[in-house]
Amino acid sequence: MTDAVIVTGVDKRFGTGPTAVQALDGVDLVVGPGEFVSLIGPSGCGKSTLLRIIADLIPPTAGTVVVAGKAVGTARLDQEYGIAFQQSGLLEWRTVRSNIELPLQLSGMGRAERRARAMELLELVGLAEFADHHPSQLSGGMQQRVAIARALAPSPALLLMDEPFGALDEMTRERMQTELIRICAETGAAVVFVTHSIPEAVFLSRRVVVMSPRPGRITAVIEVPEVTRNEDFREDERFYAAVTEVREALRGRLATA
Amino acid sequence: MRRLRSAWSAAWPPIAFGIAFLAIWEGFVVWRDVPPYVLPKPSVIWEQLTEHHDIITRAMWATAQNALVGLAVGLIAGLVMAIVAVRLKTLDELLTPLSAAVAAIPIVALTPVFNTMFSTTSPIPRRLIVAIVVFFPVFVNTARGLRRIEPVHAELMRSYAAGPWTITRTVRLPGALPFFFTGLRIASSTAVIAAIVSEYFGGLQKGLGPAITSAAAASAYPRAWAIVVAAIVLGLVFYLAAVAAEWLAMPWRRVTVTH
Amino acid sequence: MRLLIPRAPQLKRAAWLLFALVALCVLWELYKAVMPDDGVAIGDTLVLPRTDDASMPHLADIFGAFGDPEVAGAAQASTVGSAVVSAAWYSLRLAFAGFVVGSLVGFALALLMQRVRIAERALMPWAVLSQTVPLIALAPLVYGWGANLTLFGLDWQPWMSVSAISAYLAFVPVTVGALRGLQSPPTVQTELLACYAASWWQTVVHLRLPASVPYLIPALKLGAAAAVIGAIVAEISTGLAGGIGRLIITYAQQATGDPARVFAPIIGAAVMGIIAVGSITVVDIALRRYQGAEV
Repeated sequence: MTDAVIVTGVDKRFGTGPTAVQALDGVDLVVGPGEFVSLIGPSGCGKSTLLRIIADLIPPTAGTVVVAGKAVGTARLDQEYGIAFQQSGLLEWRTVRSNIELPLQLSGMGRAERRARAMELLELVGLAEFADHHPSQLSGGMQQRVAIARALAPSPALLLMDEPFGALDEMTRERMQTELIRICAETGAAVVFVTHSIPEAVFLSRRVVVMSPRPGRITAVIEVPEVTRNEDFREDERFYAAVTEVREALRGRLATA
Repeated sequence: MRRLRSAWSAAWPPIAFGIAFLAIWEGFVVWRDVPPYVLPKPSVIWEQLTEHHDIITRAMWATAQNALVGLAVGLIAGLVMAIVAVRLKTLDELLTPLSAAVAAIPIVALTPVFNTMFSTTSPIPRRLIVAIVVFFPVFVNTARGLRRIEPVHAELMRSYAAGPWTITRTVRLPGALPFFFTGLRIASSTAVIAAIVSEYFGGLQKGLGPAITSAAAASAYPRAWAIVVAAIVLGLVFYLAAVAAEWLAMPWRRVTVTH
Repeated sequence: MRLLIPRAPQLKRAAWLLFALVALCVLWELYKAVMPDDGVAIGDTLVLPRTDDASMPHLADIFGAFGDPEVAGAAQASTVGSAVVSAAWYSLRLAFAGFVVGSLVGFALALLMQRVRIAERALMPWAVLSQTVPLIALAPLVYGWGANLTLFGLDWQPWMSVSAISAYLAFVPVTVGALRGLQSPPTVQTELLACYAASWWQTVVHLRLPASVPYLIPALKLGAAAAVIGAIVAEISTGLAGGIGRLIITYAQQATGDPARVFAPIIGAAVMGIIAVGSITVVDIALRRYQGAEV
């Protein structure tokens, strides 16, 4: 199976001359098939920028990115990835089901097939009885679940997520994390997950990529032990050890910055 | 049951005020013996309404037709122009400051010009005035709605590699509907106002405007007030029709937020 | 210094407006030149207007009319232009008087509605409703108020009827806008002032009033425009001499003889509207610091 993402020597500069900002500098990253990788770092470290470069929403200044064995542009056109943002970005005038069908509709899938797939995904995220509701009738957490279902609609090999749980309260957040683990296990998609939260990164990922700002660079990659991700893991010693390791990596870089 | 109770608690103060207002009005006129050319009694106005309801209905219908035709024309023109203006920057730059200036100008004053251009016996001048008056709020509001696209939706559509027409179709147009209906609500009541006012500038003597002036000139003040009430009812009907259209067209706004 | 900053976009808008007006003039003459003299009719009714000189005068004639003597061969030759200017000035003053009274009453009513919750619940629906119905239909009814009315010991002048209509039409949008503005400060700010044990009036002066400016300005613009049109319509209904409404009707009746003349007072009325709303824009700029971005 091909690697989900291969990032090689990516630079990103915004602006020119003395006021230019080096958002990313020489970033290399490989995300294996089905692997869950988090990007974490303080504001301005370039994690969201990197995500958007992988998504072909902005071009890199230098370097290459390969997604599912294709160039990023082709990967986007072929819908090789699904993306979820901090705001659910649901279209308020469509029903929940219709929102999930959106990417399928745009790529020309037939109506019956779309409906079936949407129902399948609604079952997956546990919102089947809300299929005909409108987004405004759903809570924040439920809207994000719909957004995730929508991202999974074209059965992509890669999920890109930019702080999707950032706007939720802590309890909902933890519930959503558990949900996400289950969904990813069932679909086998690789995930690149941007977050500000150390416990979230450690709980969800196989590897935590620590980045630092000015210029945006990867400073450490922390491996989280292979342990079943459930509520018990949150109280596990290995969880705390990994959190400490990530925290120190973040702090260490900051101290010398 | 709770919804009924909350609806009642919202409704009774204005209803109570309305009734009290009418009662005080009636009482005041009787107590101070106010002559009808200043202020007739509500009861007398009501009498006139029922007595002359056939003339009044005919006048209402004539004004309504002018307002309706003008509204339809102005609506379509405003909508089309808004869609075109979002694509053609020059048109947008031309029309937007013009719309602001037109909002300050009494467009109805152009009626005599149109009366000369068409003919004083034609209904077209009034309908044209209404169309012009309606065009601007519809254009301004719809263009505003079409222009904006939320950043998260823009990024989402880009991630789907969607073309500009697809983006317009799936995001901009539905997203602009609330704005269009805001424009429609303003336009519907303005249409009736413009239709009536343009009737004051001479021309065909059909319609509510001339009916009011001739009643006033004949010193039949209670009847004049009755026709004013009819005009107010007409304005309300148009406005409520616009509100109903909005309610029908946007089912997602009808739902109550359950969380 | 801050007043100079919006200069560039303002100039740009003014330039585009000028361009739009020029485009309209060009379209007028173009239409005249291209379309048939007798207009286009479907059946009996003309759907496109006549374009001969009697129906659509040339722009040169329209602007030339300003210089024509009002009454041909009169002893004191006053031009159409000067008649329009003095009539517009007269009407503008009437509208202004009405606007001021209406705005003050509207604002006072808004304060009452903010203070007394039940007043808001009872009156606000009526205020909102009034914006959707043609209150201007009442204008001719002040026709009879002219001669014999005495209010508070003051003899009712005919011009007061006109100002009264202006006041009435201005007061409704001002009330609605002022109330929305007074109610606009977020709870966190009203709670802050409550912590300082501020009285209702202090809260109004220090918080609600400044916060209401962005709502008040558009409402005042609407009120100003409404006052102008109310004055014109009231003048037509009451036949008040000296105002621009009466002038429009007079020249309209003379249109068969001199079709270009009626444009002059109409342009005057348009200028009146621009001056009225423009003066609110001046107030807007003066109050710029209250419109700033929220913290």
